[in-house]
Amino acid sequence: MAKVSVLYFAQAREAAGTGEEAMTLSDHSTIEALLSTVSENHPKLAAMKRSIKVAVNSQLAEPRTVLHDGDEVALLPPVSGGKR
Amino acid sequence: MRRRAATAVHLTRRRIDPAEVVNSVKDERAGGVVLFLGTVRSVNEGRSVERLEYQAYRAMAEKRMREIEAEVRERWPVQKVKILHREGSLPVGEISVAVAVSSEHREEAFEACRYAIGSVKHSLPVWKREKIVGGGELWVEGEPIREARTRASPSRESARKQVA
Repeated sequence: MAKVSVLYFAQAREAAGTGEEAMTLSDHSTIEALLSTVSENHPKLAAMKRSIKVAVNSQLAEPRTVLHDGDEVALLPPVSGGKR
Repeated sequence: MRRRAATAVHLTRRRIDPAEVVNSVKDERAGGVVLFLGTVRSVNEGRSVERLEYQAYRAMAEKRMREIEAEVRERWPVQKVKILHREGSLPVGEISVAVAVSSEHREEAFEACRYAIGSVKHSLPVWKREKIVGGGELWVEGEPIREARTRASPSRESARKQVA
């Protein structure tokens, strides 16, 4: 089992109704799996899942990345950026 | 000198003072300083903006800012780099971001500054909530966050800049 903390920001925070929550995952769970679980728990997140990037311990990570005990997982909606 | 002032890059809740930013990158070996200031615009996509509220993932934002500084130093022979980004609620006209670079010659200072602000804009986990004049508010959405992974050399960076 891996205990992780999940951080939500901006639109994702509103959709989740919280800024942070603790989750216990089964061993070898990936970011992809975690995203499915949190989308089930917070249905409003499902719609924005595709535009959300995920950082593990402050580093952007791919969907297949395996999560470990103690990881800080952050859901990052698109940033306003600015093209010009 | 206070410890905070010695940090080259960070998020801040204090007003950004342009003179302070310029002074922080002054260097005797430098022949020039380039300063970029981002300010809160009164109109965005046709909406009259009253203020912007910035929300940051602090740990990652400050880490990214340090990485951007390192990327700049890797690519250009700059003397000093300063990157500041505001958090919290800012009225129209207020400075939200500052990037300053000093270097021996102006060209690398311009290029480095341009690269740094571009990278800040697309890779920093900082979100803007727009408060509209007369009520209403929304998160300003852009593109999915990404990290700068382009390995352009300074010369390619200049070539790219010329067509930009």
